[in-house]
Amino acid sequence: MSNAPAPTRRMNMIEAINDAMRLAMARDDDVVVFGEDVGFFGGVFRATAGLQQEFGKTRSFDTPITECGIIGVAVGMAAYGLRPVPEIQFADYIYPALDQLVSEAARIRYRSAGQWHMPITVRSPFGGGIFGGQTHSQSPEGIFTHVSGLKTVIPSTPYDAKGLLLAAIEDNDPVIFFEPKRIYNGPFDGHYDRPVQPWAKHPASEVPEGHYTIPLGKAALVREGQDLTVITYGTMVHVGLAAVEELGVDADVIDLRTLIPLDIETIEASVKKTGRCVIIHEATRTSGFGAELAAQIQERCFYHLEAPIERVTGFDTPYPHSLEWAYFPGPVRIGMAIEKVMKD
Amino acid sequence: MAKAATKKAPTEQLPQPAEPKRFAASRDELLSLYRDMLLIRRFEEKAGQLYGLGLIGGFCHLYIGQEAVAAGIQTALTDKDSVITGYRDHGHMLLCGIDPKVVMAELTGREAGISRGKGGSMHMFSVDHKFYGGHGIVGAQVPLGAGLAFAHKYNEDGGICVAYFGDGAANQGQVYEAFNMAALWKLPIIFVVENNRYAMGTAVTRSSAETHFWRRGEAFRIPGMVCNGMDVLEVRGAAQAAIDFVRAGNGPVVFEAQTYRYRGHSMSDPAKYRSREEVQEVREKSDPIDGLKHDLEVAGITEEELKAIDKDIRSIVNEAADFAETSPEPDPAELYTDVLVESY
Repeated sequence: MSNAPAPTRRMNMIEAINDAMRLAMARDDDVVVFGEDVGFFGGVFRATAGLQQEFGKTRSFDTPITECGIIGVAVGMAAYGLRPVPEIQFADYIYPALDQLVSEAARIRYRSAGQWHMPITVRSPFGGGIFGGQTHSQSPEGIFTHVSGLKTVIPSTPYDAKGLLLAAIEDNDPVIFFEPKRIYNGPFDGHYDRPVQPWAKHPASEVPEGHYTIPLGKAALVREGQDLTVITYGTMVHVGLAAVEELGVDADVIDLRTLIPLDIETIEASVKKTGRCVIIHEATRTSGFGAELAAQIQERCFYHLEAPIERVTGFDTPYPHSLEWAYFPGPVRIGMAIEKVMKD
Repeated sequence: MAKAATKKAPTEQLPQPAEPKRFAASRDELLSLYRDMLLIRRFEEKAGQLYGLGLIGGFCHLYIGQEAVAAGIQTALTDKDSVITGYRDHGHMLLCGIDPKVVMAELTGREAGISRGKGGSMHMFSVDHKFYGGHGIVGAQVPLGAGLAFAHKYNEDGGICVAYFGDGAANQGQVYEAFNMAALWKLPIIFVVENNRYAMGTAVTRSSAETHFWRRGEAFRIPGMVCNGMDVLEVRGAAQAAIDFVRAGNGPVVFEAQTYRYRGHSMSDPAKYRSREEVQEVREKSDPIDGLKHDLEVAGITEEELKAIDKDIRSIVNEAADFAETSPEPDPAELYTDVLVESY
């Protein structure tokens, strides 16, 4: 937080994201923000509220419902020097745009030998816990981390959301910026039957009003311990932290913040210290980002491991409408994994 | 080589459906249309109440205001015909003859729901009733409709497909891919654009270059029709002309029904993009159910007869709600059923 200037203000994650875009637009005329319901209405989650009023309709505007088109025009804008920040209203809607993201945004720099760069930041709410069923709950980050040429960023607090989003917008490569919508308005410990906590009670809701960035590729050690390493991101940072506290395990908890580029050094140092590792994500298990993490950890830390690495993930099924809390990798499943890893 | 002169494309008269007439309904047909629309309205009002009570979670898109569209079209179809729509699907399902109980139980996410609670409001199907969903991704059902129509033609079963979508979905690229294929292969399909004037929170004028949606097929040589979607007899008459044309093997029709939804896009919509007065004015002047009252009166239908229908509908809807509230939740083992045909 060294580059964070005073003063600060309490913000929830939506307000922090909104503030980041406002600042980015004020600092750089090339930044344009657009998407479905983004302009006049200010976004279905209110992330772009007020931007059209402040910066006008040419810099913050509505698009038709046309995800492929939204990302396609963003690629053209970026090739011609703009810095587009398109919103895909739900991550589940991003698939029509996959062609433009994978074949164009991610690849145009390589195939043009660096003549073009692609300073696009695609913002998109993702993840479950809001009874969205299979088309409003998915965590598709593993699809994007699999594509070379893209960066993937997932914040877990208002402070991080603002700093990471500013860094993403200022970055000259295409960034997929997934926002965990379950924690837009407050952190979530995985106990769905308890009252919702507002961000105001969380220290990371104290957000500097001015400009600051959090570098992409730097994880945060959000809890320090000796016996176990928990690696996670997004909503699951809060769920994992709560589970660790409830079990009384002396764990390092690492919030990746960016999946690509990956801060493997922080992970390596922690796992070599603790010898035990649990990876948590909400996305489905097979070929999920946890598999990549487990592979890289064993490459670097094999002789330090005291137990097999455990993954706690969504089940390998579509996201159900009913049974949401049976599906969600909550405190019970995390607890079982931690106990298993700690046993030997 | 002679230089080719620039030519304007010749205006060519394409085969057109017959001039539609407002449907001259018999007494029984009038009662039936009234009943259909009332069933949808009361069902949706009840769904709204259950949502308010927390018995329905997540996303729930009500059809209130648009009843005349489904009623006018569905009653003109035969049991050979297939139907597909987007996420605002409850009304179409009821008029496909699907039991209100299993629809409501799907909304509440129960084992007895038509998708065993795993689909939810947006994701419901009944092959028995030739209802092919219920799709949460905007516009994705339209090419599926072309596929259904292809199968009708391939099987020579005499059926046609009706693919419903909204003014918002009309801007998705895949809609035009479907138009082209449907026209190229002369598929028996009616593309019904339910233009309710708002794509989620964005008015058609802010998202659509051509707001006459019935013209959207012209570039593909698909004739267009437009009707007042708030008048069930007008919809029914126009639908009949479209159906006759399509069933005769002339290929597709783009059919715009101009309508209005009274409620938000979904239950979580703050509706800040339109005024209360606007909604009120449509309710007072153009309501499809009130609008039919004059025709009912002319046909000599008494207030008592209508009250009896009203009472009957209320009991059907209450029964559906009771069923949906008291049915058990699915067993957690259901999470892993129907991911693939074989066990997974």
